[in-house]
Amino acid sequence: MPANIVAAAKPFAGQKIVYYGGNPDAGALEATATAQFSKDTGIQVTFTQRPNDSTESLALFQRFFQGQSSDIDAMSIDVVWPGVLAQHLVDLSQAMGDDTKQHYPGIIANNTVNGKLVAMPFFSDFGMLYYRTDLLQKYGFSKAPLTWDELGMQAQKIVDGEKAANPNFAGMVFQGKAYEGLTCDALEWIASSGGGTIVDASTNKVTVNNPQAVAILNLIKSWIGTVVPRGVTSYGEEEARTAFGGGNAAFMRNWPYAYTPSQAADSPIKGKFDIAPLPANPPGKPSGTIGGWGQAVSKYSKSPDAAIQYVRYVTSAPIQTWRAIAGGFVPTIQTVAEDAQVNAVLPYLKSVANVERVGRPAGVYGDNYNQASTAFFQGVSQILGGQDAAQVLPGVQQKLQTLLA
Amino acid sequence: MSVRAETRVQPAPRVVPVVHSKLIQAQTRLAWILLAPSLVVVAGVALVPLLQTVYQSFTNARLASERAVSFVGLQNYINLLQDADFLHSIWVTVQFTVITVAIEFLVGLGIAMVVNSNFKGRGFMRAAMLVPWAIITVVSAQMWKLMYNDVYGVFNDLLVDKLHILSSNIAWVSDPATSIPAIAAVDIWKTTPFVALLLLAGLQVIPGDIYEAARVDGASPIQQFLRLTLPLLRPAVVVTMIFRTLDSLRVFDVFYVMFGSRPDTMTMAIYAQQNIVTFSLMGYGSSVAIAIFVIIGIFVIAYVTLLKVEAS
Repeated sequence: MPANIVAAAKPFAGQKIVYYGGNPDAGALEATATAQFSKDTGIQVTFTQRPNDSTESLALFQRFFQGQSSDIDAMSIDVVWPGVLAQHLVDLSQAMGDDTKQHYPGIIANNTVNGKLVAMPFFSDFGMLYYRTDLLQKYGFSKAPLTWDELGMQAQKIVDGEKAANPNFAGMVFQGKAYEGLTCDALEWIASSGGGTIVDASTNKVTVNNPQAVAILNLIKSWIGTVVPRGVTSYGEEEARTAFGGGNAAFMRNWPYAYTPSQAADSPIKGKFDIAPLPANPPGKPSGTIGGWGQAVSKYSKSPDAAIQYVRYVTSAPIQTWRAIAGGFVPTIQTVAEDAQVNAVLPYLKSVANVERVGRPAGVYGDNYNQASTAFFQGVSQILGGQDAAQVLPGVQQKLQTLLA
Repeated sequence: MSVRAETRVQPAPRVVPVVHSKLIQAQTRLAWILLAPSLVVVAGVALVPLLQTVYQSFTNARLASERAVSFVGLQNYINLLQDADFLHSIWVTVQFTVITVAIEFLVGLGIAMVVNSNFKGRGFMRAAMLVPWAIITVVSAQMWKLMYNDVYGVFNDLLVDKLHILSSNIAWVSDPATSIPAIAAVDIWKTTPFVALLLLAGLQVIPGDIYEAARVDGASPIQQFLRLTLPLLRPAVVVTMIFRTLDSLRVFDVFYVMFGSRPDTMTMAIYAQQNIVTFSLMGYGSSVAIAIFVIIGIFVIAYVTLLKVEAS
């Protein structure tokens, strides 16, 4: 356990803080880490489980902040919330000091709003391509597709071959429902095709309406009904995972969490799949939307220093290594990601190490992020439903630019 | 003996001021005192939030935001009238309401009449038919969503694989053409028992001997139904229609579970939720809520006026 942090935290022994975090899957690990922290430092931490749904969790935190309540000290926040919650959170940059240099710069930048570091990276998530190694081999493809067009071609060939035996076989599945997950998927398509990242942060201009974005969205749209099942427009993460995990799809885009259940002993595809970076249409590079959660401290807390030490502790390298091995949580610290033990449990980390991690424009939209994301994913949803991207994107661009004001 | 027809002109009734005795006054006072706690609770729980919502709809309030709250008058409502998303949601909701209420009424009336007649196991049937209504909406909507699934759903399995009626799977939930019929089926399955129950209560009040008299007079079953049953059922029909229409106009849970925030199937309530909870726009969201309140009020007034129930 991190000795230097424990030493720094001991002065605050005896203080009580309340921490909100961990959905039911992650709860057990966080409870253990919290108990260990209390034992090591003497700071009493009450661990409360937040609601499973992240939108509900955001609403819960906002209600605490609206009342300027001191009932909550530390909390885990989604990677798209720093902009919305920044005004209520403590600036951690001073207290964390050099610790911030350990983490991926992209995530630190994502968590910094107007020069204020409002959350320490806790674990990371990014989109990856899952593919069936046995099917690629069967149809004569030597490796995973490098471009989106190649993926479409491979998927079509596999579907044509498998349809006779399995009429419900899908070439590719992803998160196509009209929700935040679609924003993540669509951002990857656009960024990896040279279409930018929705908003150009340096000029504060919305760039989503461009020829590359139109081209890639129309390409994905053309797959619906042939390579991609119609039903994908109601798929979230779990629907895609069960389709792929049951052996009914050749390709899937999903977060790292889907790896562990698909490798379970009773999984039909155990040992028959692998992970690669998502394809890219040059000049774009393989990209993955940044997901994951961070740890933050409320500025209305009565014990901010104790809470800060807690945040330092749970985001430290030893804890991240333990969480990676015990729970499959992707670390945000480069050295941990390169650790041999971690790589033994998460063998795909090496292959996706150089994927360009792109962030959703949460920081730049601040309070308006949910509206902006909704305008974006509803536009993409209309395109997937059959409309021409060239007709839909100008309207989306205009809505997004208005919200930026 | 002759019968004298007497016509007497009644004097115009005098308006006599009602003077209650001291006892009645004391009792009235006691009644108010005993009711006061309930009225206070109702005012606190229902009236105050309603007034607060009305007030907030005239501001640009945002939840947990540093931006100062300012009074914007009717601006929210003006924006609402031009909001294409909101107007579309009204259309979706009204469409859904008309389809479901009409079908539920017809099917429910049929079921009520069947269950009203005498047959063995009638008591059990009356209890069993309420099961869909008893299951929590979120649970049954999720069940139906799984059944509608285009890859492993039961419907596609039956229609395509087992009975070979269709050649390929239909994405009931995702395909815009089948979305509204699919969700209407879910709501009809769930709520027809409720309609049947209300209409059954109305049917039970109708005395049986008038049907005997009608049969003796030579009326056919259809004539009996149209001339006797329906008119006597009218109070129950009004109550049922108002209940069902109000509920349908406020529909949220089944749409949210099946479609989420899909733009083309948003109902008014989902649009309000999106603004208030997801976007944290308390001001604009409140105006959406008040607008829904007004729209539903219009429907209620229309019903009560068109289906005037005269005091017998």
